[in-house]
Amino acid sequence: MQLTFKIWRQDSPEAKGQLIAYEVDGLTEEMSFLEALDHLNELLVLKGEKVIAYEYDCREGICGQCGVFINGRAHGPHDHITTCQLHLRSFQDGDTVLVEPWRAESFPIIKDLIVDRTAFDRIITEGGYISAKTGTAPEANAILVGKEIADRAMDAAACIGCGACVATCKNASAALFTAAKINHLNALPQGAPEAHRRVLDMTQQMEAEGFGHCSFTGACEIECPQEISIANIAEMNARVLKAKLLG
Amino acid sequence: MRLESKIPEGRLEEKWRNYQANARLINPANKNKLQVIVIGTGLAGAGAAATLAELGYQVKCFCYQDTPRRAHSTAAQGGINAAKNYQHDGDSIWRMFYDTLKGGDFRSREANVYRLAEISGPLIDHFTQQGVPFAREYGGVLINRSFGGVQVQRTFYARGQTGQQLLLAAYSQLSKMIRAGKVDMYARHEMQDLVLIDGQARGIIARDLITGELKRFSANAVVLASGGYSRVFRLSTMAIGSNGSAIWKAHKRGAFFAAPSFVQIHPTALPQASQAQSKLTLMSESLRNDGRIWVPSKKRDERKANDIPEAERDYYLERRYPSFGNLAPRDIASRAAKERIDAGHGVGQLKNAVYLDFKHAIERFGIDVIKDRYGNLFSMYKKITGINAYEEPMKISPAAHFSMGGLWVDYELMTTIPGLYALGECNFSDHGANRLGANSLLQASIDGYFILPNTINSYLAEQLQQKDISTEHEAFVEAERGVAEHIDRILAVQGKRTADDFHRELGGIMWQECAMSRNRLGLEKAIEQIEQIRQGFWKEVRVTGGAHEMNTELDKAIRLIDFIELGLLMCTDALDREESCGAHFREEYQTEEGEALRKDEEYAFVSAWEYQDGQFRRHKEHLEFEYLQPTVRSYK
Repeated sequence: MQLTFKIWRQDSPEAKGQLIAYEVDGLTEEMSFLEALDHLNELLVLKGEKVIAYEYDCREGICGQCGVFINGRAHGPHDHITTCQLHLRSFQDGDTVLVEPWRAESFPIIKDLIVDRTAFDRIITEGGYISAKTGTAPEANAILVGKEIADRAMDAAACIGCGACVATCKNASAALFTAAKINHLNALPQGAPEAHRRVLDMTQQMEAEGFGHCSFTGACEIECPQEISIANIAEMNARVLKAKLLG
Repeated sequence: MRLESKIPEGRLEEKWRNYQANARLINPANKNKLQVIVIGTGLAGAGAAATLAELGYQVKCFCYQDTPRRAHSTAAQGGINAAKNYQHDGDSIWRMFYDTLKGGDFRSREANVYRLAEISGPLIDHFTQQGVPFAREYGGVLINRSFGGVQVQRTFYARGQTGQQLLLAAYSQLSKMIRAGKVDMYARHEMQDLVLIDGQARGIIARDLITGELKRFSANAVVLASGGYSRVFRLSTMAIGSNGSAIWKAHKRGAFFAAPSFVQIHPTALPQASQAQSKLTLMSESLRNDGRIWVPSKKRDERKANDIPEAERDYYLERRYPSFGNLAPRDIASRAAKERIDAGHGVGQLKNAVYLDFKHAIERFGIDVIKDRYGNLFSMYKKITGINAYEEPMKISPAAHFSMGGLWVDYELMTTIPGLYALGECNFSDHGANRLGANSLLQASIDGYFILPNTINSYLAEQLQQKDISTEHEAFVEAERGVAEHIDRILAVQGKRTADDFHRELGGIMWQECAMSRNRLGLEKAIEQIEQIRQGFWKEVRVTGGAHEMNTELDKAIRLIDFIELGLLMCTDALDREESCGAHFREEYQTEEGEALRKDEEYAFVSAWEYQDGQFRRHKEHLEFEYLQPTVRSYK
């Protein structure tokens, strides 16, 4: 199988980037997309060229570190997967595949396809936790949590923090990410004491990071590898309102 | 050198309490003056960093990923064990201690294993309070399920994403302490060397993975929580970035390396599909609760799975181990799969897999129940293979997974270097020669949250008189120079082979000779071949780009040369241990039925290897069994 990759190369945050085409032969359908890039990098090394920088770690769709735009879509042509779960059987022999980094002002490019997503960490730092020191917890079954509530918290908690929601959003909004984090903790009784403060602090930080506003296009939930529903954003907005009223 | 395990006095169930009652304490005002470096942000690292910071210490925490939330604890799917006995099925701390010690084939310390079981209950309380959405009954109480090697239900889980949910809890607690100014977080920084002053751990040299800059960090103690080293096999269930460099550098600085050859081969991963494959994805062992493992009775049967009638299916685990069946421990299940595959019964394109079938479970419970229990695992299977496992059986295959071996630590989790601690998968402590499913998240968390924060005081209390450690000290200057020269030397080779190419060769040898089945001739040959790879690396490796920029190819090469040296030690240890136990199966030592033959009189010890100028010297920590006499492990 042969593919032509057109890949965004950019040496540093300040440098001017450009798309460079690489024709790659000797690929097979069983290979994952990232394995094809690994193969390309080995070819570049043998030619004495610098490798393409891209991110990955677990390669099983759970760590959230991988993520690039492939043919104009976050994580490639399928709904609800990560880049590492994409395989070459999704392409035709001879295809040209356009590969770009996440594009969002709040995710500045570090090198080639690697962007800086520390804005997400700073949103969490502003309240994405339950304050309970090690050693202070009550017996686990002392606080009952109904299955429906636990399931709803789990649905939101499944977010892997990859940033596809931001990258695909025309406003580069981080609403889905922030909502998932807030709704996970605020749905649970353990998260209740800090609920109002959490929602206000985290949404404030989200805005301070320069992410755009949500205009409910729904693009984010289609690309989300964990299928986190856009309904979470409505729920977050309701929580913001409630917190402001009752705060 | 005598290895002092520092096991406290008293009866087994009193030891940890006695330890805590007599441990040294440090007054809160003084804790502020003490600094601790933590390497790694998985459950062990993030748990330790957050808890030490809560106690008042100043923490510097490092990870190679872009954010601490990526650590590979996140990938554990199935669950975490605790002896809560919520299911009223006869579980207890003693039972869990027994299962874990027996599961590890009597190659771990009784006192450590008992402590693991003892603290498991409070750990579940802790995570529940941190907001982990564990699975619940409609009435609101927590649910449990079974895991391999035990006959009670003591595994807590959050769908098939338990590791991710526990890690997110640890990361959130770490984030809270970052906000409080008690933790300085250095993401995209990788430890390159350990700095010793007067024989004590005093700091590290780290490399900034964005700029390539080498940086010096000092502290009163250094805690390694850098995870497992199974990427030595290249194809493994580990993250691609998981590496053994931090512990290997510590080993070369004097930390003893215990039981390096004890590596678990997990029975239920997705089979290798191509030569270019970089990773084997794990399918949670929890699937074995409801899935049945089989191969066609006929050799090289080309029929589709659904076309093979019941009478022609060999449910070999149920046949060989009737009382545990599909829930036999991992080492046994993996070896049994290898035996069937080698005998010509393997399935799939490369004939390297066995079936994991849910047909009967779906008939019995209905598809909705199976979806609720394993839905995300089935959808993950579909994403990777394109196959709907509700309609036909999954194909699975053994893969390198967890490393039981690691830096030798005493009861306080301190290595043989004063002031250097090792937690979680990177130490050798509780799992012996084989780890039971759902005990990994448990051990990492307990080490980080509950043990280290209690035991580190006894060392740090002595450090209050210590003046600030200057990173201008000769030891830092020299260590940094050594790292810079090492990197320049790698870049200067300019050969004809990529780092990945060497890694494939190393992995192939390790998988062939030092995985599920080992023998003297094979191991001796492997040692020679790996030595050749080591020499070849320094003559033929090619790394492009420079040292002073982001260079992912250089990152790989630096990790790889450490893996090559570690591979040598793993084979040396496997060769040295002339018995079979747990995951270590020496073909020369087996029963007539092909089961492992342990030799307690000669080998009831933990091997602890010392590094001496490129040579390895074996020391022994004898294991004494006061409460449980080693018996032949039977799961029949």
